[in-house]
Amino acid sequence: MRRKKGKLRELHKEGFSRRDFLKGASMAVSTGLLATQEAGAATPETEPGVLGPGAVPITLEINGKPHSLKVEPRVTLLDALRNRLDLTGAKKVCDRGVCGACTVILDGRPVYACNLLAIEAEGHHIVTIEGLSTEGKLHPVMTAFVNHDAQQCGFCTPGFVVACKAFLDKHPDPTREDVERGLGGNLCRCGTYAGVREAVLEAAKTLKGGRANG
Amino acid sequence: MEAFEYARPTTNEEVVKLLTGAKGGAQVLAGGTDILSLMKDGVARPARLVSLQHVKELRGITFHPGTGLRLGATATFEELLENPDVRKHYPALAQAAEGVSSPQVRNTGTVAGDLCQRPRCWYYRAGFGLLAIYNGKPLVPDGDNRYHAILGNSGPAYFVSPSSLAPILVALNAKVKLHGPQGARELPVQDFFLTPKNDQEIEHALQPGEIVTEILVPAPGDVKMAVYEVRQKEALDWPLAAAAVVLNLEGDTVKKVRVVLGHVAPVPWPSPEAEEALTGKSVSEDAAWEAGKAALSKATPLSKNVYKVQLARVAVKRAILRAAKGEA
Ligand SMILES: Cc1cc2nc3c(=O)[nH]c(=O)nc-3n(C[C@H](O)[C@H](O)[C@H](O)COP(=O)(O)OP(=O)(O)OC[C@H]3O[C@@H](n4cnc5c(N)ncnc54)[C@H](O)[C@@H]3O)c2cc1C
Ligand code: FES
Ligand code: FES
Repeated sequence: MRRKKGKLRELHKEGFSRRDFLKGASMAVSTGLLATQEAGAATPETEPGVLGPGAVPITLEINGKPHSLKVEPRVTLLDALRNRLDLTGAKKVCDRGVCGACTVILDGRPVYACNLLAIEAEGHHIVTIEGLSTEGKLHPVMTAFVNHDAQQCGFCTPGFVVACKAFLDKHPDPTREDVERGLGGNLCRCGTYAGVREAVLEAAKTLKGGRANG
Repeated sequence: MEAFEYARPTTNEEVVKLLTGAKGGAQVLAGGTDILSLMKDGVARPARLVSLQHVKELRGITFHPGTGLRLGATATFEELLENPDVRKHYPALAQAAEGVSSPQVRNTGTVAGDLCQRPRCWYYRAGFGLLAIYNGKPLVPDGDNRYHAILGNSGPAYFVSPSSLAPILVALNAKVKLHGPQGARELPVQDFFLTPKNDQEIEHALQPGEIVTEILVPAPGDVKMAVYEVRQKEALDWPLAAAAVVLNLEGDTVKKVRVVLGHVAPVPWPSPEAEEALTGKSVSEDAAWEAGKAALSKATPLSKNVYKVQLARVAVKRAILRAAKGEA
């Protein structure tokens, strides 16, 4: 994400305080879309169909099992998984939908759990990294990651593995080019991309073999 | 992120009512790929989010050879990309969707959300407002403006329109359908985008409580089309410059052409100069390059973004050549 920390530091030197920043932020709000949607009219205390801002009971279907919990509407799926359900495989890195470390599968498609409210995930099938290995057996994508040394610090790895699994579900017979293009939603600061690509190509073969063998 | 109320209505009417009824401001939640980040950064602070997820009438993509394409507001980039009619009749729209190279963003980001996403200007994202003013002074002209506008930037707006779909939609004469407290209305996509003239204005035409319900793209007719984007990174980024081209050829000769640039101005930027330069010519590298030069002949780059002028020229040239080749 394009962001200029240096510039902000400069402004800081010019006597730009945190309070100014917040003022800036609220100024942005008062001039933004929000202001134009503000209704001057008085509103009833609670409207039908409106939930929160306090905690709301929800049920999430994760890795085939229902989980009931109470969350405020502002809680993201990622925070619900990590902080409430002890499913800490999905990682919180950017928390802005730009790195892929939090990738989970929603109804068969990879998504960023940090940019999805938990309450919005109700009624969908969620698969996390924890759901990929069964009975202590690694998923073929995981095995291929090990074989190809496709991780260094490992922080991006769970998100990458989930993204690779979702990619292979959709492209069971990928070319190298497909792999490069299909994994554009995950970043690795350690630069393990070459290993990841090899791993995906190997996993594709294993999975196909597995399928052909029954 | 501050606490907020949440509602998940099932009809457009209910959405509009819930948007106008919120004390402290309400905003639409579509895919959430932009709005949640804005809220985490404190740039947007709605007291209520109104989710579109359960509104059936906002979904789907349909095509009729006679009337054209209807994109429901909450159709995702991935749905656009996977749609055989889109790929066949509007290949440039699929190219634009493909440019959003993260499958995760394509699976959640919606087409209306793409038009309504807020600019990426880092001053705006850091809380200085859309016009990036601090102590009465605009920060962009003397600041780090390497990604800012090179056209339509005489001030006070310097940001660039972030939408990858907008240029090709404008080139195809698409319309947006809106629904608000006063009922439904239609606008050409071009008129949906506005350059704010003061800090009370925003970059699109949405009125209080109004939502985008669909995007309507006319039947393309016998044309060739393409998008070409220049990006710094292959993934997880917005284009630095882009061009959308719709070509109407008679034999080898350009009978009519639409050229619209993206990411170079506060709005999608149609280029009558490029269109004039190419009309009546046969498509060649030279003719495409002349059109590219013409498109940027009135560019007014800022202190740190002169490089974008060349990128935009090249985008126009390559979009023209790509369209003429008819490659998907
Ligand atoms: C890593 C990354 C890379 C990206 N790269 C690109 C790129 O290359 N090109 C590009 O164009 N975009 C890019 N995007 C932006 C992305 O396309 C948008 O964030 C997305 O399209 C917004 O759609 P959404 O449904 O998630 O909207 P939300 O985040 O839900 O909403 C965005 C804004 O639009 C408003 N809104 C949404 N739908 C409606 C509606 N129907 N009516 C009225 N208002 C509405 C919301 O209130 C909010 O203000 C990128 C995003 C990320 C995270
Ligand atoms: S933590 Fe979600 S994408 Fe980075
Ligand atoms: S292994 Fe370190 S970030 Fe990818």
